[in-house]
Amino acid sequence: MPSILILFAHPAFEKSRTHKELIRKISGLENVTINDLYEEYPDFDINVEREKELLLKHDILIFQHPFYWYSMPALLKQWMDLVLEYGFAYGIKGTHLRNKKIFNAISTGGSFSAYQKEGHNRYTITEFLAVFDQTAFLCKMTYYPPFVVHNSHLLSSEEIEDFSNQYLEVVTGLRDGIFSEDDLVRANYMNNLIGRPYTL
Amino acid sequence: MAKETFLFQAIIFLASAIIGVNIAKRLGLGTILGYLLAGIVIGPFVLGFVGEEGKDLMHVAEFGVVMMLFVIGLELEPNLLWRMRKLIIGLGGLQVLLTTAVIGGISFALGQTWQSSFAIGSILALSSTAIVMQTLSEKSLLKTASGKSAFAVLLSQDIAVIPLLALFPLLATKLPPIQRDNFISNFNGWQQTFIVLGAIATIIISGRYIIGPMFRWVAKTRQRELFMATALLLVFAIAELMVIVGLSPALGTFLAGVVLANSEYRHELESDIDPFKGLLLGLFFMAVGATIDFNIIKTHLFTVISLVFGLMLLKGAILFALGKLFGLKGDQNMLLAVSLAQMGEFAFVLFSFAGQYGLIDPELLSLLVAVVAISMALTPLLFVLNERQISPRFFTKEKDIRPQDDIDEQQKVIIAGFGRYGNIVGRFLRANGVSATILDNDSDRVDLLRKFGYKVYYGDASRYDLMKAAGAEKAKIIIIAMDTPQQCLEMVSLVKKDFPHLKILSRAYDRNDSYDLMEAGVDHLYRETLDSSIRLGADALKMLGQRAYQTQRAAKTFLKHDENSLSELIKYRNDSKSYINVAKEQITELEELILRDMKDEEILERDSGWDSDTLRKGAIKD
Ligand SMILES: Cc1cc2nc3c(=O)[nH]c(=O)nc-3n(C[C@H](O)[C@H](O)[C@H](O)COP(=O)(O)O)c2cc1C
Repeated sequence: MPSILILFAHPAFEKSRTHKELIRKISGLENVTINDLYEEYPDFDINVEREKELLLKHDILIFQHPFYWYSMPALLKQWMDLVLEYGFAYGIKGTHLRNKKIFNAISTGGSFSAYQKEGHNRYTITEFLAVFDQTAFLCKMTYYPPFVVHNSHLLSSEEIEDFSNQYLEVVTGLRDGIFSEDDLVRANYMNNLIGRPYTL
Repeated sequence: MAKETFLFQAIIFLASAIIGVNIAKRLGLGTILGYLLAGIVIGPFVLGFVGEEGKDLMHVAEFGVVMMLFVIGLELEPNLLWRMRKLIIGLGGLQVLLTTAVIGGISFALGQTWQSSFAIGSILALSSTAIVMQTLSEKSLLKTASGKSAFAVLLSQDIAVIPLLALFPLLATKLPPIQRDNFISNFNGWQQTFIVLGAIATIIISGRYIIGPMFRWVAKTRQRELFMATALLLVFAIAELMVIVGLSPALGTFLAGVVLANSEYRHELESDIDPFKGLLLGLFFMAVGATIDFNIIKTHLFTVISLVFGLMLLKGAILFALGKLFGLKGDQNMLLAVSLAQMGEFAFVLFSFAGQYGLIDPELLSLLVAVVAISMALTPLLFVLNERQISPRFFTKEKDIRPQDDIDEQQKVIIAGFGRYGNIVGRFLRANGVSATILDNDSDRVDLLRKFGYKVYYGDASRYDLMKAAGAEKAKIIIIAMDTPQQCLEMVSLVKKDFPHLKILSRAYDRNDSYDLMEAGVDHLYRETLDSSIRLGADALKMLGQRAYQTQRAAKTFLKHDENSLSELIKYRNDSKSYINVAKEQITELEELILRDMKDEEILERDSGWDSDTLRKGAIKD
């Protein structure tokens, strides 16, 4: 059974609505480890060795974070800078992450339609996440499509509850290997795999 | 008033020194020339205040040279010697050998015996450590290429004195009359040499194993004057031992200095001896001035003048050639030649020594003494001449680029007080590759820290001279972490007054003490309990379930707020009523800030950038 590592970054988790629910749902699952970065490293002093060990022990990595300025919260960037070392994650001898799977699980204030070429964010989520895609590629990992919660500000508690159930389905489905690799690589969002795609 | 009374003599010397040095300094001629001129003026040939007793005075004043060598020895850390080995052995060694050979050869050609020629050559090869070191440091030239080379040459000359003192008795043509009843005169030449070596060994061994513990023992009493007394006792005792075995006291104390150079008491010793050294050296130069025999100069005017110029030219030429060989260029090389062309104070000591053994003819001796004194007197003038006329005209200025192997590699940071507080700062700095100079006045602690390889010196940091010896003039930062608020405050006022260029980072005890320090002009102060209690509070919050990152930011906010309120409150410090008012205001403000943090209000002071509530409201309205 593949194991999953959630690399979770939220600087104001105490005020979060979306991620609070998502995290609550997947807490305590078998073979799923949640690494709460802002709780672990409030002073940004990342323990690189600990992080590397965690990475080695898991097969699927999920960057879970709110979408901030079309990107990730600062500590996650710091994490990438420090942990994805040359010789470990990339470079000739940097093969430790090879063949692991990785994707983003994000929430955005913007709607699905806003994240279109014609929308007011002008690019799609997939395009914005190119940074992660290429990072995964350089580290010889497989980049899966993102799990996205759009419109986070407008969601009712029930809707958030619904999304957290979807997230649970995605996480456990990956853990239990119920998705085909083909679908995984081809899908636009993870959301599609459990039959809950966003549409315009 | 009788001319002979001690008080009258003291008054004459001190007054003339004050006037002479003052005038010389104002004319830009340096202190030594001032002392020399003062000596000449009060001497038998001008005012005649001091006559024959000038010679007796010389004996007292020679102690200035003795102490100077002790201090030079103290500054000679073995690793410094090691780093300068090429210059000391190469440049210095060659200078001594070559100059001795050339001057000795000329003397021999002029009909002196070989013993006399050797003595004259070797004595005149030496330059004046006192004049050169003082002049170079007054002109801050010690760190230039030529300054370093000059220092190295002087060092090898000072070291060369040791074998010379041991060799002269072996060349003796007669036994010194004054030493007939000395302990050592009962032995023949080889036995004497053996005893001399034994005495040197005694100094080295006791410096290692006896003197250190003795200072530690005295330091425990924490009586400054007792420490000073011990330092003087040490110098006197070694001098006496040297006299007993018929050696130069200067040599003995120099050795003792070298042996103690690595001890934790180095700075303290240096600063205790320094004032005595300075005064006695001054006295020495005055005595030199007073004993210049103008009668001899008058009768042999031409010989004296040509000897002075001939010798200085010769020495300068040899230095210039050697300097070139060792890579000195342009004005740097000229400066080396100019600074070391004179003869030195050791000549006086060695001449009288050589005289006792009948190595040099007495009449020639007093002629040479006059020549040496004149060459010394000319040196400050020569410096001025070189600086203003020769160098700018004939030489290009050489840029000096090699800052890493400085002669005195002083630390940029001084930590005053290495107790509970300072030790953490020091360890932290050292862990990050910054080794500070540490001053502490707890001898047990100094001892312990030294065992672990720290650069710790014993002494009361709030003393000007110790601070100076510790390199405060060249340091950038002083960290004040002494045990009591009172000590810290004293330290601050010393630094503000005498070393205003230093950035002060001071430990503070509480709010009140902080106000004192702020009023004393300290910009960077650190209340010792503040950070740690906030950290504790933050941990408590975390244990109660608050997010670590939020807590961390809250702690930072609180710290900043508290620092701000400190600088706000000081304005009202002397007005007790309004102080309470403002304090109350601050407390309420604080209370509010904290409450807001906890209540997750609409508008958060802190980190509102991450606040999605406002975004949510905005989104709903759209
Ligand atoms: C600093 C900041 C930057 C943000 N930048 C974006 C953005 O670029 N695009 C977007 O769609 N939403 C953006 N948002 C909205 C967040 O994505 C949204 O608040 C978050 O997903 C809500 O999740 P939570 O309830 O778990 O905090 C931003 C929010 C904040 C606080």
